[in-house]
Amino acid sequence: MGSAEQISQLTIDGLMVGALYAVIALGYTLVYGVLQLINFAHSEVFMLGAFGGLFASRALVPAGATPSGLTSAGLVLFGLVAGALAGAAAAYALERCAYRPLRRRGAPRLAYLISAIGASLFAFNLAGKEFGRQSIPVPDLFTNGTVVTVLGAEISTQSLVIACTALAMLLAVDHLVAGTRLGQSVRAVAQDAECAGLMGVDVQKVIVVTFVLGGLLAGAGGFLYAMTFNASYTMGFVPGIKAFTAAVLGGIGNVRGAVLGGLLLGLVESFGGYLFDASYKNVIAFTVLVLVLLVRPSGLLGTRLGRPA
Amino acid sequence: MKLRRPAPRRSPAVRSHSVRARKAQSRRAQLRELRSRMARPGAARPGGVPWPVVARSPAARRLGACLFLAVIAAVVTGPSGDADRPLAGIEGSFTPARAAGFAAGGLALWALSIGADRLTTRLRSAGHGAALGGGRLAALGGGAWVTPAGAAWASFRRGRWAAFRRGRWSAPAGNLALLAVAVAVPPLLSTAAQQALVSEIGIYALLALGLNVVVGYAGLLDLGYIAFFAIGAYTTAYVTSADAMPWHAPWQVNPFFALPVALVVAAVAGVVLGGPTLRLRGDYLAIVTLGFGEIVQLLANNADGVTGGPRGVFGLPPLSVDLPGVHYSWGLRPLPYYYLLVVLIVLVMVVFGRWERSRTGRAWTAIRQDEVAAEATGVATMRMKLLAFAVGASVSGFAGVVLATKQFFNPQTFGLQSSLLVLTIVIFGGMGSRLGVVLGALVLQGTAFLLRDTVPPADRYIYFGAVVILMMIFRPQGLLPPRGPRAPASPGPAAAPERPAVPTERAGAPGPAGPAASTEAAR
Repeated sequence: MGSAEQISQLTIDGLMVGALYAVIALGYTLVYGVLQLINFAHSEVFMLGAFGGLFASRALVPAGATPSGLTSAGLVLFGLVAGALAGAAAAYALERCAYRPLRRRGAPRLAYLISAIGASLFAFNLAGKEFGRQSIPVPDLFTNGTVVTVLGAEISTQSLVIACTALAMLLAVDHLVAGTRLGQSVRAVAQDAECAGLMGVDVQKVIVVTFVLGGLLAGAGGFLYAMTFNASYTMGFVPGIKAFTAAVLGGIGNVRGAVLGGLLLGLVESFGGYLFDASYKNVIAFTVLVLVLLVRPSGLLGTRLGRPA
Repeated sequence: MKLRRPAPRRSPAVRSHSVRARKAQSRRAQLRELRSRMARPGAARPGGVPWPVVARSPAARRLGACLFLAVIAAVVTGPSGDADRPLAGIEGSFTPARAAGFAAGGLALWALSIGADRLTTRLRSAGHGAALGGGRLAALGGGAWVTPAGAAWASFRRGRWAAFRRGRWSAPAGNLALLAVAVAVPPLLSTAAQQALVSEIGIYALLALGLNVVVGYAGLLDLGYIAFFAIGAYTTAYVTSADAMPWHAPWQVNPFFALPVALVVAAVAGVVLGGPTLRLRGDYLAIVTLGFGEIVQLLANNADGVTGGPRGVFGLPPLSVDLPGVHYSWGLRPLPYYYLLVVLIVLVMVVFGRWERSRTGRAWTAIRQDEVAAEATGVATMRMKLLAFAVGASVSGFAGVVLATKQFFNPQTFGLQSSLLVLTIVIFGGMGSRLGVVLGALVLQGTAFLLRDTVPPADRYIYFGAVVILMMIFRPQGLLPPRGPRAPASPGPAAAPERPAVPTERAGAPGPAGPAASTEAAR
């Protein structure tokens, strides 16, 4: 193992990527909590959100310019909002087209999975056709440099932005689910949809809200991801699988579990990639997924939505 | 005494979500309209109905759906963008002429669906409606567009055609006729079409037949199915050629011997993958198999010293028969491979047809319908699921042999999209229906081939994705649903012939479904 500097650098990198996974994982977890279904098309929501943020920031930032100060803060915020809105729109359309008709019919589980896979296939190939099949960089919204050095690890502006935004979103969602009336109805539906309906909860609305919430998060997460790794039509797949792994690792359906799982997975991947080889990062994530599913399918924190960890 | 009732307050919290309120959408909207008219006469617009009611009426919703469809269609069929001008595609999709055209199309669809709906209602009230099955379409805003034709078709289906289908000789006669067409037509086609018949239709039909066992019979969603195809192909390269891959068997055999070898290897791979993962619930299984498929592709790509990596594999000896007195080589032309594929497909169909009606087939049906109940009634669920996995994998391995002897392949051949394509074929053709999936391959891939000049190959998957969604919404049982008394049910209620024309609106979620949720209880 390397020096203390390397260790802390790997930790920082892992936590940064892990925070992103956590943001996406929340979408899986929320939908799973409410519908008991894995939303296979969530990765495309993430991708579309990234493109939304990308186009928004391209529209504002002239080519070659690098804003600074308050302007860049505003621009980042604007990109995030645009990404989140695009993600929410995509998630809403997904719910309307691929889920609701089946729900109305009372279709079996397999049907939902298949139609979500169809939606995913549709969305990402359409994005490939429309936006080109090469990756597109997000324009520079701020000067990226080292801000602070912690135990020898350099924290760049970018990681700081990602970490702060992710943290803010995670806290907001946690508050929303645990402490508001809306969150209460989400939790009620997650516990027992039928019963929640009888108690006067608008189940249909809660489902839509859950999708939209997941879409907001995934869209903003997509923009953050694209700032580092560029946007392309295939960008959703790998982070999607990893976020799903994170959700399962923490206990799918459990909001705080998703956060924990995301951070853990980020760390495991960062150190695993260092120990083996960076190209095997994906294999590591898959292995974690399979192991968790086999050894402890309920995840670290159990699988109940909204129950305090 | 006459009570004056206060105007009912429409509290948003309890408006529409009690379990009892899950009646047909239209009726609810009508009620709401009536109620609001009574409650707030002053709020009524000159038109008579307050705006929110108009906006939420079924007709308005359907208009929205139709326009949304038109927008999607405009984007899908529009020009494509690229990385330099990523919005060019979308801008080009909505030139004034196109926008007007698609808006008109959306409106026409709306008018048609409304009209068809009215007609359906009238016919139904006259007692003919039940046969139309328009309700399912109408519920989504599609409308039974060809209602009169639908009525004619329904009566035809109930009449002579049904009698013929029930008849003793219909099935063999129909199958023989299909086989005759399959044998007689291809020599008349162009070489490009023959090529497509082999590598795009035939091989995928074989793959779909294999996946049909896993998805259609046993109800397991396998998204890494193409990995077994890869395993079959690479196994063939391993045993038949000394120079196609860096890694090869100590001695080389005739490609025909690769068939059993690939079958066994793929089946073993299926068991190895299935052993630990089949205990997982459906959606987890899907994602783990997806990961498996990715890993196999990744290994094939990265293990340069073993598989040749991204360069791929070529130069395998073609299939040949070298018996004393008989010498025949399949060579490079597609037609011989086509006939080989026809033989394999027919063989697989016959074997699976027997299997489907055996104890094993019934066990698969039981598992698909309710695994817990199956387990409780003594089905060895784990073993049966493993068997389904292994059988599906071995068919895929078979197809891999044909691919490997026929043409060049590299890890790109075995991407996730190919897995999803096979799944699309199975869904489109009809889960659990052997003839259905073969026809599905023919129709889907055949259409893609015919439209190859208008739709670039990379864009095909947009349409395939749309096909999957539309099938799941409108015809979950597929193009040609399995038939017979024990028709293996596809997801969805359509397997039951006598269902109410208007689907009941169920609870928002599949209920308090735990891990043991009975997957098809809703039927």
